[in-house]
Amino acid sequence: MATNTLNLPEQEYMLPGNRACAGCSVGIVFRHMSKALDGKAIFVVPASCFTVLCGMYPTASVQVPVMNSVFPGTAACASGIAASLKKQGRDDLTVVAMAGDGGTADIGMQGLSGAAERNANVFFVCYDNEAYMNTGTQRSSLTPLGAKTTTTPAKGKMQFAKDLPAIVEAHDIPYIATASPGYPGDLYDKVCTARGISGTRFMHINAPCPPGWQFPTAETVAMAQLAVETGAFILFEIMDGKFQLTGKSLALADKDNRQPVRKFIELQSRFGVLDEETLARLQERVDERWRKAVARHRAEE
Amino acid sequence: MTVDTQSVSVITGNRAAAEAARLARVDVVAAYPITPQSPVVETLSKYIETGVLDAEFITVESEHSAMGVCIGAATSGSRVFTASSANGLAYMCEQLSWAAGSRLPIVMGCANRAMSAPWSVLNDQQDAMSQRDQGWIQLYCRNNQEILDTFLQGFRIAEQVKLPVMVCYDGFILSHTVMPVDIPEQEQVDAYLPPYSVHTILDPEEPRNVNPVTLANPRLNGDGVLCHGYMEFRYLMEQAHKEALDMIVVADEEFEACFGRRWGGLLWSYQLEDAEVVLLAAGSLAGEATISADMLRSEGIRAGVLGLRAYRPFPAAAVADALKEAGLVVVFDKSLSYGYDGPIRRDVQAALFEHRVMPEVHGYIAGLGGRDIKARELVDAARDSITWAEQGKGPKPTDWINLQL
Repeated sequence: MATNTLNLPEQEYMLPGNRACAGCSVGIVFRHMSKALDGKAIFVVPASCFTVLCGMYPTASVQVPVMNSVFPGTAACASGIAASLKKQGRDDLTVVAMAGDGGTADIGMQGLSGAAERNANVFFVCYDNEAYMNTGTQRSSLTPLGAKTTTTPAKGKMQFAKDLPAIVEAHDIPYIATASPGYPGDLYDKVCTARGISGTRFMHINAPCPPGWQFPTAETVAMAQLAVETGAFILFEIMDGKFQLTGKSLALADKDNRQPVRKFIELQSRFGVLDEETLARLQERVDERWRKAVARHRAEE
Repeated sequence: MTVDTQSVSVITGNRAAAEAARLARVDVVAAYPITPQSPVVETLSKYIETGVLDAEFITVESEHSAMGVCIGAATSGSRVFTASSANGLAYMCEQLSWAAGSRLPIVMGCANRAMSAPWSVLNDQQDAMSQRDQGWIQLYCRNNQEILDTFLQGFRIAEQVKLPVMVCYDGFILSHTVMPVDIPEQEQVDAYLPPYSVHTILDPEEPRNVNPVTLANPRLNGDGVLCHGYMEFRYLMEQAHKEALDMIVVADEEFEACFGRRWGGLLWSYQLEDAEVVLLAAGSLAGEATISADMLRSEGIRAGVLGLRAYRPFPAAAVADALKEAGLVVVFDKSLSYGYDGPIRRDVQAALFEHRVMPEVHGYIAGLGGRDIKARELVDAARDSITWAEQGKGPKPTDWINLQL
């Protein structure tokens, strides 16, 4: 049975009170990840929103070891810890590299590619809030088409987000998954799966951000769910090359009842500059990705 | 100095560096190729693949990641090693600062090479000098035996004062030139260098947030204890450098007790006792200067050499003490702080002024981008300086040796 909020382990690794923004989805992500890891993990974190959540010296909001890293260095630092643990014969700990979209897909891409190609024994998690939120919402390569950021202030971003899981999949690693704080049970189960595999594991997590996406702080979970319900973010996992839709995305594929992307976008003021033509391009891209995902799921079922 | 000829091999400086890493029983090696450093890690990868050395070798995709792996591995309990040169060292820049700020006893080799542009794979010391303010200890070697021995001392120093150590040796001149080197037995090295004892804690049993955002001012922890602010940590790092001034000497003395040879600690000298004219440099150039001193002495000029072994921490008091009888100090720099002067010359001059030791100090820029420097050219420079000083011409502009404009 899939894990849900009622049957999650009770042990908490996130302490009450942290410095993340109100409504931040990263706390939901970390809470479920740390439970799935039983706290038996070392987190490596570059400059990012999660750094803020973890707290400033000499206080901490999380009860797991956290090692801060330079911005591009997450995957390498995690590789070093993994090598060290291997040399020491310790196999009870998961080394988690946890970076944002910039720290993964932009400045962290080379290090991630290197670690993945070496199949370093690292679980790399990208929590993707779709811009450089920690520095004030500048565009990243994972910012969606049409979104206003502080470096795309008037017209919105002119390019689509790059397909991060596809780039990582090209490295032929044993496990890739996507997850959403809107479906924490699915996220929890995937972290449990990743924990049981050695080598490079990668998870791309959609992380709604109230100040950056510009929606009310109480709507974080609803926003995460809408991303999935519209197909803008697809839940899947790829185990040893086999692609399978999971959770809500699997249910949507079975019932063929996706919502239009407009429903997701109209709640976010960052898309306030979006014209109908750009919205149509976004919908077209979402439809194309969705069709490919469903087709691949059925072909590899 | 005693040498057991049974243990002497004729090897390159790079091989000497690799042998030192093997003998130090490093746990993790991470490196990326760059000329002239590459043979160091080629040798180590062979040792690790064939089981000669029980360690993890991480073939990273960049120097930035090489230092990243070293930082992760050193924090989690491994003795680590890497090496680089020039652009590779520059590419590590922010990681060098991170390693020092983390107080990690990482030891790396720098086979000194000129910085581009334009491209040059040949020797000068611009690469290491450009990174001098990152918080690393920098030690310079004059020959291949000193390279091997300095790496072993480097681990001893680094692990005592909790600062990273960069062992600098001139690219090609030492890295690719064979010399007889006494390679010690493992038991000897084990007796000198105790196993790595990690001071950082990265364990779920005692969860800590290592190097989080740290404010300017001290701040209370959850138990109400006032903990350091950023500036206190920086002060402690500087104190560690002060401590290193002693530890570099101690490590050298202990080395002599175990291996029967030492390298001078912070400085070494040649014919310095009665020297009126002192030639001063770091690395292989200082070795070359001993020949120049002999040549000057054969002309009746009382010349000697002061070799700088430690550049950071800078042994200001020791330099001033060593030069207190000198009338003229001629400093040769293989790098430049552009817009000012050779960095060693200026540091020497500042140290002398601070200690009210007032010989005339002249500077020469030499050997940039692999330009050959002969002992007789150092002699010519010294003669020019002697003439200038005798004529009482005052401050002498820095000259460039063998410049052909």
